[in-house]
Amino acid sequence: MSGATDHLPRLLALVPWIVSHPDTPVGDVARQFGVTEEQIRKDLDLLFVCGLPGYGPGDLMEVVYDGDRVSMSNADTISKPLRLAPDEALALIAALRALLGTPGLVETGAVDRALAKLEDAAGGHVAGAELAVAADPTVAPDVVQTVRDATTAGRRLRMRYWVPARDEATERDVDPIRVFTSGGAVYLVGWCRSVDDVRTFRLDRALDVEVLDVPADVPEEARERAHDDRVFTPAADDRLVTLELSDRARWVADYYPCESVQESAGGLVVTMRARDDAWVRRLALSLAGVARVTEPADLAAAARDAARAALGAYAPDAGSD
Amino acid sequence: MSARRTERLLNLVICLLASRSFLTAERIREIVPGYDETPSDEAFKRAFERDKEDLRDLGIPLETGTNSAFDDEPGYRIARGDYALPPLTFEPDEAAAVGLAARMWTTAAMGSAATRALRKLEAAGVELVALPDGLQPRVEATGAAFPALAAAVHEGRLVTFDYRTGAGTGEPARRTVEPWGLVVRRGRWYLVGHDRDRADTRVFRLSRVVGTPRATGPAGAVTRPAGLDLTGAVASYDAAAPGATAVLRVRSGRGLGLRRQATEVATGADGWDTLKLPFGDTERLADQVLPYGADVVVVEPAEAVEVVVGRLRALAAEAAS
Repeated sequence: MSGATDHLPRLLALVPWIVSHPDTPVGDVARQFGVTEEQIRKDLDLLFVCGLPGYGPGDLMEVVYDGDRVSMSNADTISKPLRLAPDEALALIAALRALLGTPGLVETGAVDRALAKLEDAAGGHVAGAELAVAADPTVAPDVVQTVRDATTAGRRLRMRYWVPARDEATERDVDPIRVFTSGGAVYLVGWCRSVDDVRTFRLDRALDVEVLDVPADVPEEARERAHDDRVFTPAADDRLVTLELSDRARWVADYYPCESVQESAGGLVVTMRARDDAWVRRLALSLAGVARVTEPADLAAAARDAARAALGAYAPDAGSD
Repeated sequence: MSARRTERLLNLVICLLASRSFLTAERIREIVPGYDETPSDEAFKRAFERDKEDLRDLGIPLETGTNSAFDDEPGYRIARGDYALPPLTFEPDEAAAVGLAARMWTTAAMGSAATRALRKLEAAGVELVALPDGLQPRVEATGAAFPALAAAVHEGRLVTFDYRTGAGTGEPARRTVEPWGLVVRRGRWYLVGHDRDRADTRVFRLSRVVGTPRATGPAGAVTRPAGLDLTGAVASYDAAAPGATAVLRVRSGRGLGLRRQATEVATGADGWDTLKLPFGDTERLADQVLPYGADVVVVEPAEAVEVVVGRLRALAAEAAS
C-alpha cells in the first residue's frame, strides 16, 4: 500500500484525539501529530465531508472552530481509536525494549509494566519473545542515574572524567543540559565550568560523578547551541585527516562521522575532521597495521614516531620466530 | 493516494462500523460516495478489492458473512468491539517510559508510527506526562529494514535481503534467511536467523541491510529452535567472550581505560604497574592496547606480544607519503 499507510491512519487517530481533547489550538494538534499546521487543516477539511450514509447535515462529522481552536462532534462512529496497527505497536514496544538496554535512564520496573500493557493492547501483533534486548550496558547504571537526576532536576555535577586523547583524569564541574544515547554509549552535554563552554562527555569515561547542591546555571545561548544531536560537531578550523582503511578497519567509516567515504582497491579511503592531534595519533596507533593516516603528513609522522617509541619497550627480537 | 480515495476509504470505514448487518458489495457501491465514479462493474470490483485489502493492511478487522441462511451473497461489516482500542490506564512512571520510548526513533517511518500510537493511547484514556527536555535516548537508524524484518519474524516467513558485510568487499550480497528474532544491543539492531546459503546460524546488523527486505513463501514456514538464546547469539557475534588473561605493564598514572577493566593492579616501584586484563580475541586486545603507545607494554601471552609488535612495526615502517 502506498500513501494510505500514513494518511488514513492519521485521520482515524486524529478524530478520536480531537474528540477527547476539544478546543485545542490547531497548531498544537499539528505538533502532537508531527505534521504541519497546513496538513492538519487539510485533514480537517476532508473530515468535514465524511460521515454516515445519507451524508446530509446530520450525518456528516462536524468540525467546529472557535478562533484558532478546533473541536469535533457527530463523530461517534470513529470516536474510539483504532487498535494499534502492527507498526505502531512495534514502534513503542521495540523502543521500550531498547530502553532496557540503558539501565539507569528509566525505571526498569515502569518499562516492564508499560511493556506488558502494550503487548496486551497490541493483541498478539508483536510478541515480546521475538524482540530481545541484550542488557549489556557500557556504562554503570548508577552513573547514568546520577547524571539523569541532575539533568532533570537542574543541579550541578562534579565529575572525574578520563580524557583518552591525553590519557588523563580531569576533575570538572558541569551544569547538565541534556543526556542522549548514540551507538550504545550514553552522553552528557553540559556547560563545563572549567572551560566555560559546551562540552559533550561520554559517561563510560566518567570515573566518579556527584550531584552538588548547586543549581545548574547554563547561559541561554549555550542551551540553544547544545541541541545538536551529533556526538561531535566539527569546526571549520579542525584539521582534515585522510585515512586508508583496509577491510579489517572498515568499521571506522561506520563508527566515526566521516566527511567523505570512497571505495578503493584495498578497502576504503575516508576523511574526517579532528580537533585534537593527540586524538589522531591515538587513532592511528589503535589502527596500526590495518589502516594508515596519509594526511596531514605531520600527523602521519607523529604516529610512526609513537610506534617506534612503543617498540623500544620490547626486545629487538620480540614477535619474531 | 489521492484525497478522494482517502475520503472514500474513510466513508467506507464509518459505514461498515455503523452497520449492524452485513452489507453486500452492491449495497456498498450504492451508498458509499466515490464508488459511483467507477465506470464499470469490473472497475468497481477492482476498486473495492483494493480498498478491502488496504483496510486489512491497516489492521481494521473487516468481517465477512451473511445476514441469514437465505443470503447467497456475502456481505461486510466491522465489529466495533474488535475495532476499538480498549480503554487503557498507565501509571505516571509507565506513561513517562512510553513517552521516552516514542522519542527514540531516528527514522521517519518508525517515528511517525510511534507518534500515532501515542495519540491513540491518549484518546484511549492514557495521560501522558511532560518529559524533561534533557533526555534523548536514541536507537540506530535502520531504514526500512526494521519493520520489514520484524514482520517477517512475526509471521514466520523466509526473508531475502542484500547485505553489506563489515569486513567484506563492500559489495552487498543477497542473503536468504529464516528469521528467528531481533535483538537490540548497545543501541544497535541485529537479526538472528538461519542463513540458508551458508547453512548455519548467522547474526546480521540491520544498518548493513541495503534496501527493503522481502518476505517470501508462506507464513509459519519458519520455526524457531527450542531454547534459542537470541541475546547470546548477538553477544558472541559482537565480541569474543573473555576467556584468557593478559598481563600488561602500564606506566604509573597512565592507561586509565585499561585500569578500569583490569581484574588486578599491582603497583611497582619502578614507576610501572602490572595489570591483569581479561580478553577474548587477541586482535581486539591489540586494538585496546595500541593507542597507549609507549605507556603500555604487553608481557603475556606471547601471541598477543607478537600481534602488538607486528602491528607497531607495520606502522613504524610506513613510508612517508
